[in-house]
Amino acid sequence: MRQLLIFIRKEFLHVFRDRKTLLMLFGLPIAQIVLFGFALSNEIKDSRIALVDYSKDAVTAKLIGKIEASHYFDIQRTLASGEQLNAAFKRGDIKMAVIFPQNFGDDLIHTGKATLQVVADASDPNQATTITNYLESIVTDFNGELAQDAQQPMQILPQMQMLYNPELRGAPNFVPGVMALVLMLVCTMMTSVAIVREKELGTMEILLVSPFKPIYIVIAKLAPNLLISIVNLFIILVLSDIFLDLPVKGSMLLLLFCSILFIMTSLSIGLLLSINAKTQQAAMMGSLMGMMLPTMLLTGFLFPIENMPLFLRVLSNLVPSRWYFIIVKRVMLKGLGFGAVWKETSILAGMTLFLFAISLRNFKIRLQ
Amino acid sequence: METVITTDKLTKRFGSFVAASELSFEVHRGEIFGFLGANGAGKTTAMRMLCGLLTPSSGKARIAGFDIYHETEKIKRNIGYMSQKFSLYDDLTVSENIRFYAGIYGMSIPAIKQKTKELLEELQLVNEAKTLVRELPLGWKQKLAFSVSIVHDPEIVFLDEPTGGVDPVTRRQFWDLIYAAADKGVTIFVTTHYMDEAEYCNRVSIMVDGVIAALDSPAGLKHQYGNQSMEDVFYELARKAKRGE
Repeated sequence: MRQLLIFIRKEFLHVFRDRKTLLMLFGLPIAQIVLFGFALSNEIKDSRIALVDYSKDAVTAKLIGKIEASHYFDIQRTLASGEQLNAAFKRGDIKMAVIFPQNFGDDLIHTGKATLQVVADASDPNQATTITNYLESIVTDFNGELAQDAQQPMQILPQMQMLYNPELRGAPNFVPGVMALVLMLVCTMMTSVAIVREKELGTMEILLVSPFKPIYIVIAKLAPNLLISIVNLFIILVLSDIFLDLPVKGSMLLLLFCSILFIMTSLSIGLLLSINAKTQQAAMMGSLMGMMLPTMLLTGFLFPIENMPLFLRVLSNLVPSRWYFIIVKRVMLKGLGFGAVWKETSILAGMTLFLFAISLRNFKIRLQ
Repeated sequence: METVITTDKLTKRFGSFVAASELSFEVHRGEIFGFLGANGAGKTTAMRMLCGLLTPSSGKARIAGFDIYHETEKIKRNIGYMSQKFSLYDDLTVSENIRFYAGIYGMSIPAIKQKTKELLEELQLVNEAKTLVRELPLGWKQKLAFSVSIVHDPEIVFLDEPTGGVDPVTRRQFWDLIYAAADKGVTIFVTTHYMDEAEYCNRVSIMVDGVIAALDSPAGLKHQYGNQSMEDVFYELARKAKRGE
């Protein structure tokens, strides 16, 4: 045990001696938070929405027909109560709900006005804006048709409601993304580089000839990165609370637990990379190309996964950050509990166990 | 004389390739044993087996009294190892390096402190204790690496081409350290490409194509092959090699 502590101490010395890297490690989350403030907008197709018709008259039937005819939406009509809608939103099953109140058609004909309720999940603000805009234009179109047919003026007024993120800020979407990106990058890259460095230096041989246990080498290498990542996590959370007005709505403990799980996933990927990389550069390139790109592109925080071709959608399931991103969104932004993220958590845990098992196995083979 | 390394037909095969074939030899306590051979002759493979890094395919061996198959952990506690690369951490100071290596061998904190002090004095590095290793001249690094490899007072130390790329004066000083260690009873097992260094050894073995082609004292070998120098002896044996690098 004392041997392990001495080794861990040495690893921390390496980290703290290398001021430039250290600065980069802690500067990274700050820079990312600032940079990703500029959100991107995208076209969205086939968004899952719920249609609830309490009126069931000729007018609603006509408007629903028009909405269905557009290729923007994938419509679900089984939900009826507000609770069901709420649950569907929380699960992320639907992105928007369009609700026709009772007497919709009557109101329109007799008073010339009817209110259409539109509720959107704005935790991804780009998507929410885009799909509500689509709906608005359909309604505007429909209003135009009404005006032509009718003798008296008639108008449908859509009433928009943005769930979770009423001001449609980009921050709620990119903060979880930055968390996933930074943790993944630090853990994977630093771990793989730290181990490959011992190989390059020739010190790995000495360690293997010594009675020091190989598993201790792994633990000692992981320890500083685990600590740095937890510090990074807090930096991001504090920054987003203070500057982006984005506090953790759910359980801090749950968020921390899931984050440490994700950190472990990333550490085991770093371990795996280090076994196959011969030089520090190779390890670094491997982490950058192999992990950073998929994390940026296939996690869903820059580009919605729903819009990707099938191949990429399937591929994205293999990217651990994708699951972590969902967890953070639900726990941090929506304030949901473990019940809402157990599936994603189990997937991450499974990935971690699997990766850790193969890397440890290969690590040992290398030694013999 | 007490033997600390005994091997009996120790063999390592990689598939159909026999890297080391039926090595049988003994090394005595406090002896400086030179392990020579051209590149690819199987020196490294043999050394790795003796250090417990490679499991032999067949044959027997005892290192420091322990069986090479079943007691590798005990062997590891009783041997030291230094490679050509010196294996020190550049970004750690001299005393941090000493402390680390003493630490992973499980030495107690007071023992580590005591040993660090002794070593620094012995190597005349007291003033450099807090200097990063990267700033030390090559010769000093090499001497430090050697001292670190025997920091836990092993019975045997394996040196894998410890003087590669070092100037002759420093090499000479390095050998003074080796002699000092041998005088204390540490057995030195050293591979080298420098024939003048082979002359410093008590006994020398020369590997050719995975087998030990000759084994005797330098004087004995020169007599046996009727050559003036170890250089000639080595050349005569090594040119018979069929295996390339």
